[in-house]
Amino acid sequence: MSLLKVERLSKEFGGIHAIEDLTFSVEAGDIHSIIGPNGAGKTTLFNLITGVYTPSSGRVLFQDRVVSGMKPYELAALGMSRTFQNLQIFFNMKAIENVMVGHHLHLDRRFLPSLLRLPTVTRRDRECRDYCAGLLEFVGLAKYLDADAGSMPYGALKRLEIARALAAQPKMLLLDEPAAGLNATESREIDEVIKRVASSGVTVVLVEHDMKMVMGISDHILALDYGRKLAEGTPAEVRANPEVVSAYLGAHG
Amino acid sequence: MNIYTARTGGLAILATIIAVAPLGFSNTYFYDVGVNAMFNAIVCVGLNLLIGYAGQISLGHAGFFALGAYGSGILTTVYGFPPIGALVLSAAVVGLLAFAVGRPILKLKGHYLAMATLGIGIIIHIVLKTEAKITGGPDGMSLDNFKMLGFAIKGDVMWYWVAGIALVGSVWLALNLIDSPVGRALRAVHGSEVGAEVVGVDTSRYKVLVFVVSAVFASVVGSLFAHKNGFITPDIGSFFHSVELVTMVVLGGMASTFGALIGAVILTLLPQVLAAVEQYEAMILGAIMMGTMIFMPKGLLPSLVAVLRRRGGGR
Amino acid sequence: MFAAFLQYLFSGLTSGAIYALAGLGFAIIYNASHVINFAQGEFIMIGGMATATMVAAGTPVPVAIALAMAASMLVGVALEKFAIEPARNADVVTIIIITIGASIFLRGGAQLLWDKEFHALPAFSGETPIGILGATLMPQSLWVFGVAGLAIVVLWWFFNRTLFGKAMLATSHNRLAAQLVGIGVKKVLLASFALSALLGAVGGIVVTPITFTNYEAGIMLGLKGFSAAVLGGLGNGTGAIVGGLIVGIAEALASGYLSSAYKDAIAFLIILFVLFFMPSGLFGKRGTDRV
Repeated sequence: MSLLKVERLSKEFGGIHAIEDLTFSVEAGDIHSIIGPNGAGKTTLFNLITGVYTPSSGRVLFQDRVVSGMKPYELAALGMSRTFQNLQIFFNMKAIENVMVGHHLHLDRRFLPSLLRLPTVTRRDRECRDYCAGLLEFVGLAKYLDADAGSMPYGALKRLEIARALAAQPKMLLLDEPAAGLNATESREIDEVIKRVASSGVTVVLVEHDMKMVMGISDHILALDYGRKLAEGTPAEVRANPEVVSAYLGAHG
Repeated sequence: MNIYTARTGGLAILATIIAVAPLGFSNTYFYDVGVNAMFNAIVCVGLNLLIGYAGQISLGHAGFFALGAYGSGILTTVYGFPPIGALVLSAAVVGLLAFAVGRPILKLKGHYLAMATLGIGIIIHIVLKTEAKITGGPDGMSLDNFKMLGFAIKGDVMWYWVAGIALVGSVWLALNLIDSPVGRALRAVHGSEVGAEVVGVDTSRYKVLVFVVSAVFASVVGSLFAHKNGFITPDIGSFFHSVELVTMVVLGGMASTFGALIGAVILTLLPQVLAAVEQYEAMILGAIMMGTMIFMPKGLLPSLVAVLRRRGGGR
Repeated sequence: MFAAFLQYLFSGLTSGAIYALAGLGFAIIYNASHVINFAQGEFIMIGGMATATMVAAGTPVPVAIALAMAASMLVGVALEKFAIEPARNADVVTIIIITIGASIFLRGGAQLLWDKEFHALPAFSGETPIGILGATLMPQSLWVFGVAGLAIVVLWWFFNRTLFGKAMLATSHNRLAAQLVGIGVKKVLLASFALSALLGAVGGIVVTPITFTNYEAGIMLGLKGFSAAVLGGLGNGTGAIVGGLIVGIAEALASGYLSSAYKDAIAFLIILFVLFFMPSGLFGKRGTDRV
């Protein structure tokens, strides 16, 4: 079953097509990577899928339901969660609290019980804290539990965002360049985390520049160039595609 | 310092200070100043939820304070409402008003939001000044004592204890809220709106919610202040009063409930201290505002805590 | 009927021109530093008060004007140097409190240096009203239009034709890039405060013969200038001018046709209304936030 379908999607910014007439689908349970040179429209595509931008035309379907035009928080409730290329951490909060915000939708969010600190709220909050501590451990950040997010190193923040996104218990997780700016060791750790997320049944959509990582973990790859689909298929197919090769050589050569 | 010990410990210290302070009061004037300090503190604890925690500025909260005060004044004197009924109804109306204006204006950011809230405050102030038939205009209006169940709160001493209980209660509520799913969502809005949205936080809803909550805090205190003072003028809703309230919050420490409280107390006491040098009062106030913000941009309490931590060698 | 309308229009244009100058002052500082200077109104007050008191003490008008402009610029530079510069990188709220603190400080100083009374300044070229289509125009209003117009032209020339003006514009677009090509960003900041203070003083001086002035005159004028700048779209010079004129004319019409007590309220109501539909003002930059 296709979890996500993108149909003839386009987005224009002042006459420039960031995404043009793009159609593809993501199968449930896959690790689906989106690759392409800088400016190919990968992040724009993420922003369109997750409701941060509204498409100029075309539509997005999630679990066979049209979701284009919905707000990011509504999509989160449907089971979509994401991270950002340029971090969107809550720097005014502790690491564990960042993750607990991720669990927001699964908590008692009523105003009065929160204001009066009713036992039901505090009990579920304690459970939430334990659950989120587990997630921090899962992404390898156990030692930062009570650290202020503002005092954490870059590589840890990248993983903190993944933990926060996982706390929402998504069906589909979109990761925007999770390994960018990380060293080789950190990259490999992220790699491991992604594999474990996928094996837990969460569909992963990945934008990444690290080709070694992409080719190693993806079930399916979509290659973009100038907002259009360049190629699609298994890692082996995409790697063999002459257009992909030339786009990459052109961009990097 | 763990957040749980901070909350119970902080509340206990606050209650103790309120209970013990009168031992040093040599006359009722001290009680009067104490009541005003605590009233301001309650408004600031509410306003800090909006400014310090959710990161949204308001330069118009004196307007909501004044509406609460005038709501109580008009409902009790003209329509014969019992004071508690007038207080609740005023707070409900102010809450609704804040909800209605909050939806469109909280889409604005930074200086635009400052402008919009400033505009709302000024409009309320002008209406109170102009509609003399109901508000008494610039001459102000008088109110009766606060009576409830056949019992009247009167005199500075009695008001002191009422304000004290109200302050402890408000701080308790604020601390509860901050350390709850709702409070974390509010702080997340401050941290990164888009980051909060993608994990399911309806940021506009939470911004409006905290705007309404802070407005209701101001309104309730406005009502109490009106009864305590027995007389109100439109100037309690002036731009200057709004600025004073924001200054108290920022001076004491944004995103720190006890900081906001300390800021309110200091700025309320300041004019008493400066009374001896009255002609320099404005200049000294201005200099303190500038100086604190330049040298302690995080505010008094957080800066103090940071210094203590460093002295103590780490956290 | 038409004469009354014209009368309101004249009075609206007069105050609108002052708001436009104040709004430009906000825009210049905002562009250079992303600071909203709530003390902008105090420059207007200082210009008016200094001139009025010096003239009353027997100083020749041109000398008094020159000294008042110099004094205002000095205050502007001092404000930047001692209050804004040390607080770089602070929160929006923090900077707002600093500039409001500065305005309270300056007001307190003015009250101490001068007094709480209203001060007048004789009109520059007589008080004989000019009749136009049944409405009357005070000669001083012509001074206001002329001086405001001249100030705008000079500003345009400064920002588009002089090297230093262009450097200031460049800094407002991209501070880092400006720094890299060798523009002294600190100097630009100082200049922006000096220029805004000068503009404020000029406005305060030409309008004082019409409105009188006292130590508190800057509060409302400053807020209206801020409104003008926000209405037009922060940091947009043309926007500030248009915004100032709109605010001035709207409140003159409102006080003429509706109620003079609600004059100030109407100005703020318009701004709220515009911001509801155009959250970045009339000419402000729109577009999608980059994530």
